[in-house]
Amino acid sequence: MNLAYRDVRHNLFRFLLTCLGLSLLMAVVLAMIGIYNGLVADALNIVKAPQADLWVVEAGTQGPFAEASKIPGSTRDAVARLHGVAEAGSITYQTVEADHAGDTLRLYVIGFEPGRPGGPQTIARGRGITQTHFELVADRKTGLSIGDRIRLGRDSFAVVGLVEDVMNSAGDPAAFIALSDAQTLQSQLAPPAQRVQTARGAGLLESTDTVAAVIARIEPTADPQDVAQTVRQWKHLGALTQAQQEQILIGSVVDRAKRQIGLFLGILLTVSAVVIALIIYTMTMEKLKQIATLKLIGAPDRTIIGLIVQQSLALGMIGWSFGLILILLIKDYFPRRVVLEPVNAAALAGIIVVVCIAASGLGVRAALKVDPATAIGG
Amino acid sequence: MDPLREPLVEIAGVSKHFGAGATRVDALRNIDLTVRQGEVVALLGPSGSGKTTLLNVIGCIIAPTEGRVTLDGELVFNDHWLRGDLRRLRLDKIGFIFQFHNLLPFLNARDNVALVLTLAGEPAAVAQARAAELLDYLEVGHRAAAMPALLSGGEAQRVAIARALANRPRIILADEPTAALDSKRAGIVMDLMRKLAAEHDACIVAVTHDEKIYDRFDRLFHLRDGILESQKEKET
Repeated sequence: MNLAYRDVRHNLFRFLLTCLGLSLLMAVVLAMIGIYNGLVADALNIVKAPQADLWVVEAGTQGPFAEASKIPGSTRDAVARLHGVAEAGSITYQTVEADHAGDTLRLYVIGFEPGRPGGPQTIARGRGITQTHFELVADRKTGLSIGDRIRLGRDSFAVVGLVEDVMNSAGDPAAFIALSDAQTLQSQLAPPAQRVQTARGAGLLESTDTVAAVIARIEPTADPQDVAQTVRQWKHLGALTQAQQEQILIGSVVDRAKRQIGLFLGILLTVSAVVIALIIYTMTMEKLKQIATLKLIGAPDRTIIGLIVQQSLALGMIGWSFGLILILLIKDYFPRRVVLEPVNAAALAGIIVVVCIAASGLGVRAALKVDPATAIGG
Repeated sequence: MDPLREPLVEIAGVSKHFGAGATRVDALRNIDLTVRQGEVVALLGPSGSGKTTLLNVIGCIIAPTEGRVTLDGELVFNDHWLRGDLRRLRLDKIGFIFQFHNLLPFLNARDNVALVLTLAGEPAAVAQARAAELLDYLEVGHRAAAMPALLSGGEAQRVAIARALANRPRIILADEPTAALDSKRAGIVMDLMRKLAAEHDACIVAVTHDEKIYDRFDRLFHLRDGILESQKEKET
């Protein structure tokens, strides 16, 4: 005869209501874990997307994500000729705001050379860029559809393809365009500002053929570190391997946000532990007379401990399950990507089990201190 | 009192005090008392006279400060008795009947009775069958599936008696067993308890203030300020 189950069944509505409250707390904890993962995944996605082995950037910078980097467009040819380099492509990154369907869209515009590294790896719908100008492949989160037209700078671009989950560390969805279009977009200013600059004679000597970085894929037999060392011999260029680039992103770009969310997650878990402990303690205190009766009729301590711990674990696990279901149902409605891995849910389940057992301690202590004599008398 | 009958409760020179120094309270002072098989006895006295303390000592809930307590031939509260042993003794040899029934609200009538048997290690099927048999015997078998909140006072007390008898205890301790019942039902319950004590070769020790049922007891023990003042045998 399972007393914990019978007691829960007797007070089912109240128990489920408590579970529901706890599940909302669990959903928030899981959401925070998902947002944390999403932040890291987004940051890494953008750097992993080109499937590069080597990033050639401006010397003395940690570009193009952590710092601004500007190198001549001709760098690509020089890098492509290096021993060990299989292929290379120029790339630019810029954040642009554009109007579309009455809304302002914030886009992370990636300029790449079609047919060279740097473009979208997988097209979810439509096709890649085939024309030299004015075609665009956008992330689904932009809300753009194939066939839509959007004005970037002074030019209108046609959406020809859609990709998924490509965005920068700030959560801005990506839009791929041809490198030449991206370079034009970079040099375009609002017409009045352009006129002022021209009148001043500024920018006349400045080349517009600049890129943020050149990415290179290395032959399987070559060592990226050796190629990077060769590139660094050109004093105006720096080189980062893919691993270094990822490390820079995690270590600097998302580090503060990561720690902030991590701290908040810690606070949430502490609050959850306190809430579970209070619920279990209150449930136990309400049953003191029944526990005294059980002791008086000869129930061993393990029966009483089992009653409390089993209810505590049931509360935690049902709360966790409801919370997980809830977050899986609503995670796609979050403005930032929520990435929940099975290992995260399993780790939280493990933490909840530990918290429930620890939280039962207060209730168990109170129950074991109950004098069976309190069952006698009114 | 028939001296040939087996003594089930033997209290010899039992004293119990709480606190020390100026705050010391002598709850029981040098109590001698014997209850034999088949006997139904009452502990009487005003509030604070030590009735409940004596019931707790007999029920192995609190240990006496001095004196010897022998239950069904076993000398308890010796140094070798552990808390778990006393719990087991309560489970095997003592049945409790409470003033407010103290049925577990989340178990139905049959499961309340069967629980005691399950705790004693009986298989679930045996426990359920014995519980059903006891409830039938106490004429509440038709309410076996009812939750305690849906039972009348008389029905609940019968279920509580069934629970107290489930393990065939030799000693039944009752705390104000008829306080929540009207005089007619109180008489029925007392008659039933007497009958069951006789059938089970058990004894019953009850604390009561209910004068209407004094004639249902074989002996009445009067306590005052922790002292056993007098005992009165039933006139036959």
